[in-house]
Amino acid sequence: MNPENPLLKVRALTRLMIGPVSFGVGAGECVAITGPSGTGKSVLLRAIVDLDPNDGQVQAGDVIRADVPAPDWRKTVAMLPAESGWWLDHVAPHFQAPDRIRGQLPLVGLPETAMEWEVARLSTGEKHRLALLRCLEGGPKVLLLDEPTAALDHDTTLQIEALLKQQLDQGTAILIVTHDGTQAKRLAHRILRLEDGQLQRVAA
Amino acid sequence: MSNYIALTYTDLLLASIFLVINGLLSLWLHLGLERKLAIAAVRMVVQLILVGLLLKSLFSILSPWLTLLVATSMVLFAGREVWARQERKLRGLWGFGIGTGAMAFAGAGITVIALTTMIGSDPWWTPRFALPVLGMVLGNTMNGISLALDALHTGISRERVSIEAQLLLGQTRWSALRPVLRRALRSGFMPIINAMGAVGIVSLPGMMTGQILSGVDPTEAVKYQLLVMFLIGGATGLGVLAATFGSVWRLTDERDRLRLERLTKPKDSA
Ligand SMILES: Nc1ncnc2c1ncn2[C@@H]1O[C@H](COP(=O)(O)OP(=O)(O)OP(=O)(O)O)[C@@H](O)[C@H]1O
Ligand SMILES: [Mg+2]
Repeated sequence: MNPENPLLKVRALTRLMIGPVSFGVGAGECVAITGPSGTGKSVLLRAIVDLDPNDGQVQAGDVIRADVPAPDWRKTVAMLPAESGWWLDHVAPHFQAPDRIRGQLPLVGLPETAMEWEVARLSTGEKHRLALLRCLEGGPKVLLLDEPTAALDHDTTLQIEALLKQQLDQGTAILIVTHDGTQAKRLAHRILRLEDGQLQRVAA
Repeated sequence: MSNYIALTYTDLLLASIFLVINGLLSLWLHLGLERKLAIAAVRMVVQLILVGLLLKSLFSILSPWLTLLVATSMVLFAGREVWARQERKLRGLWGFGIGTGAMAFAGAGITVIALTTMIGSDPWWTPRFALPVLGMVLGNTMNGISLALDALHTGISRERVSIEAQLLLGQTRWSALRPVLRRALRSGFMPIINAMGAVGIVSLPGMMTGQILSGVDPTEAVKYQLLVMFLIGGATGLGVLAATFGSVWRLTDERDRLRLERLTKPKDSA
């Protein structure tokens, strides 16, 4: 972790009630964002992946957001939204290589057969865990997670956190929005609080 | 056309009795349809009589500018109709512009080509040929486009989460919207595909029936009907494609974002 030269660099990002905010997340670092409901945490993540019009410079390593097509940017900086989206009837075709991912299903507490399930039968938490694997599949350098464990019980939450720690060990930078203070303490190296459109460092 | 039988106004009056009976039945059974029925019938009579008079004078004046004026207003009216039939529309001028533009491009374009080459009327814009053909082509294109745009806009707003999920996985706007786009195109194409499949067995088209009634040899009438069906099919297809692609282009942007704020919201109702 090199605080002088973070992997994800956000400069003067502005969108709706947010900003301008500037911050960075280092390789292998996890930064948690907290704040009351409706302050714009989800808006901030969406702005970083360029899903809404916004102003500011964002950079991941030597990839400058404005210089690459948006789909390429979103493969480098991946976001897991709070609500997962599905567009086909079965789970498997939502993955690029379902057979490779099948073996990872136990990592999120699902049986390998889950790959053959119908989307319609999935519980909220199952959908969310599958969406996390799908998000990781492309091997992003930066992960933006919007309340990834909000729908999960304690044990499954810990399982997901273990998976995320594994990602950190591989050098991924993680920005995680969470309402769970203990989760922030367990995972994050730094905690930022979003209020009135500005990010404030919270003493860890 | 020696065996053409002209109708008298008494004949029409007699024919309208069946509609009057319907009205009386509605009154008697408290169906509450009599007012609507009466208004629609009166509108039909007035509109058709006016159109008859208008066409008669247009045909005799034979002016390209007047013909163009009438054709333009037909396109604009059809455009308004497409706009009005969508539950969610593009905001601003786009809402009217994309449907109307697609109809002008496909409907009017194909009509002009048909007039200049296949029908070969002289001069090509002769209103007696141009306006009826344009009317038939526009009417069907209008149906197709409004169905397709309605399906597209409803689908996009309903499936925002799954579309954005695909965008977030690094898909382009065209690929993320493909499922919705495909469904919209299908609803736009369905009426004309169904019409082509059923024509001649389930239904005898009005135009062909009209020609046969006025003494045209049935095989000749069929030829004209085929021509018109080909034109309608082609124009509907091109118009539907142009309108849906235009609308997808407007509802996304060059950074592969979904721009749902460019769509109006229907009034909330239970
Ligand atoms: N596209 C938009 N246009 C206008 N306002 C928006 C838009 N998207 C979100 N908002 C508003 O911005 C505010 C912040 O929304 P956001 O979803 O980021 O909250 P949040 O901090 O993630 O809350 P929660 O913790 O409940 O998820 C909300 O008041 C929301 O209504
Ligand atoms: Mg949120």
